[in-house]
Amino acid sequence: MNVRISAGELTERSLQIIRDLKHLEGPMLPILHAIQAEFGYVPEEVKPVIASELNLSRAEVHGVVTFYHEFRDHPAGRHVLKLCRAEACQSMGSDRIADRARQLLGIDFHETTLDGAVTLEAVYCLGLCACAPAAMLDGEVFGRVDELCLSEIVAEARR
Amino acid sequence: MTVTIFVPRDAAALALGAEKVAKAIAEEIKARGLDAQIVRNGSRGMFWLEPLVEVRTEHERIAYGPVKAGDVKGLFDAGFLEGGQHALHLGPTKDIPFLRQQTRLTFSRCGVTDPLSLDDYRQYQGLKGLENAIAMTQAQIVAQVTDSGLRGRGGAGFPTGIKWKTVMDAGASQKYIVCNADEGDSATFADRMIMEGDPFVLIEGMIIAGIATGATKGYVYTRSEYPHAIATMTEAVEIARAAGILGPSVMGSAYAFDMEIRSGAGAYVCGEETSLLNSLEGKRGIVRAKPPLPALQGFLGRPTVVNNVISLASVPVIMDRGAEFYKNFGMGRSRGTIPIQIAGNVKYGGLYETAFGLSLGEIVDHIGGGTATGRPVKAVQVGGPLGAYFPRALFDTPFDYEAFAARDGLIGHAGITVFDDSADMLKQARFAMEFCAIESCGKCTPCRIGSTRGVETADKIAQGIEPEKNKALLADLCNTMKFGSLCALGGFTPYPVMSAMNHFPEDFSPAPLIEAAE
Repeated sequence: MNVRISAGELTERSLQIIRDLKHLEGPMLPILHAIQAEFGYVPEEVKPVIASELNLSRAEVHGVVTFYHEFRDHPAGRHVLKLCRAEACQSMGSDRIADRARQLLGIDFHETTLDGAVTLEAVYCLGLCACAPAAMLDGEVFGRVDELCLSEIVAEARR
Repeated sequence: MTVTIFVPRDAAALALGAEKVAKAIAEEIKARGLDAQIVRNGSRGMFWLEPLVEVRTEHERIAYGPVKAGDVKGLFDAGFLEGGQHALHLGPTKDIPFLRQQTRLTFSRCGVTDPLSLDDYRQYQGLKGLENAIAMTQAQIVAQVTDSGLRGRGGAGFPTGIKWKTVMDAGASQKYIVCNADEGDSATFADRMIMEGDPFVLIEGMIIAGIATGATKGYVYTRSEYPHAIATMTEAVEIARAAGILGPSVMGSAYAFDMEIRSGAGAYVCGEETSLLNSLEGKRGIVRAKPPLPALQGFLGRPTVVNNVISLASVPVIMDRGAEFYKNFGMGRSRGTIPIQIAGNVKYGGLYETAFGLSLGEIVDHIGGGTATGRPVKAVQVGGPLGAYFPRALFDTPFDYEAFAARDGLIGHAGITVFDDSADMLKQARFAMEFCAIESCGKCTPCRIGSTRGVETADKIAQGIEPEKNKALLADLCNTMKFGSLCALGGFTPYPVMSAMNHFPEDFSPAPLIEAAE
């Protein structure tokens, strides 16, 4: 994912995505997901393009983008590590795992390591509650995460 | 004869290493030149045994688990393709007590079949319910669902048939079926398992709902945290469309029905039906006031059935076996079966489908086997982050909507999180408020502000600052949230908070603050 693209190209690629999807009923979320898949985040410059294509105000688009935890206003690191912080994982010591992750990466939740390798995110449930604590590195899922497993995941992400 | 080996593709099995196991098995088959094939099935829902590998011999399926990639060579050496003995040998799958004692109606195929094989689906009673529905009138279908006693499995427990009737009777040129697959409650994974393990049953249920109510378009709104479920559902919809099950003529009938899979974007509140509809329309997931009911003015202002995955996935068996058959399971006004999800700090965690009526103690102690850590069970939270914490003293509560409500709790989506005696219930109460603050849509003041004030008040109690006064304040705040919020997020957050405070008062009376010596 190349974030150093010109404004013209950004608009061009966004327009393509929006026009492919705007025929859907309720096209906004599919468009935002596709934009984030394309650029790694939802660039500020894309909001007016979406607004104009969907005949909405910029404020409405901004409101939607900022409502959902998933959409980013800046690119994530090369890998995104999500740790579940919900009750089932808590019951199996996820708070300890979270502390360890912060320590290993030297960052807090919603932050990215200085080398740009890993962004740490909290999630509330991955549906892996009978093999807690759970984690997800990009699309890959991990259950019964202990300190050893966590350090392997972090090492993998850092490579 | 080609031997079939089953290695689950369910996300929880993958999280425990199923992909590596499948790869190792494939390599071993090749290296040994054996006549065997691998089928990636859903999960049987016994997660302490995952990855659970099964071999289909001439007579039955033999289970081995939990299998690690390193065990594979040894399994082949032990003659595992013939069901040979090995330390991981569990015997015939169907005889494993956790499975044998269940009544699997909704989950009858989950873990048994290849989720994306229509042939498998048909072979195991699939599409029978839809075939019956096509031959009936709309009113007859709705009556059968009503008579079955099926109530919304998402948590609200509203009778499904009555909701359908409202939509059926509503006049409109376009109606919708929206499947609420925004399964955000901790301790729940039944929706995910169905979508990954038996997606066609959900599709079939949605088509039947469409025929019954006159809706021709369906949406499954699921979570971005469920990439595997999204992928499997999307593929299943394409397969069903190619086979003429979805499309302008459902299975050659006069009915049209098609559907799409949509993904949320990490907002828990979108599991609330009106917030979900706003999100599906592309708006912020803000809760709508009711009335108007979604059944009359739902998606894009049109009559819409919003049903949970498990409600819809239970419809095919009701249409196949009849209302009476389904209704004969259960107790009181809770009819049929419920997939109980036993999670958290538990020895035998997994999905257990059974008739309503088991006591909480039977579920936690006997079926779940107590805690994974081996320490005593202190509390169980039933119904996700908005559900109450139950102490051992209430373990005689039968699993039934009304029985739980009578004890200031709720079944919700039937998830149970077990905690051992190291749990700090004040911390759990604080988390309930914190979670509400993170996930509040912001529409109502009691939820938006009350949750943050709740966190602060819990912190004061923890610090020993005027504990009695702050406990009274927290209770008062809960009362305001309970009665002053528009939806269940603000309205039910008091359940975990108040139950923690009422049942575990010792955790709310920390040692008095000791002033540092001057």
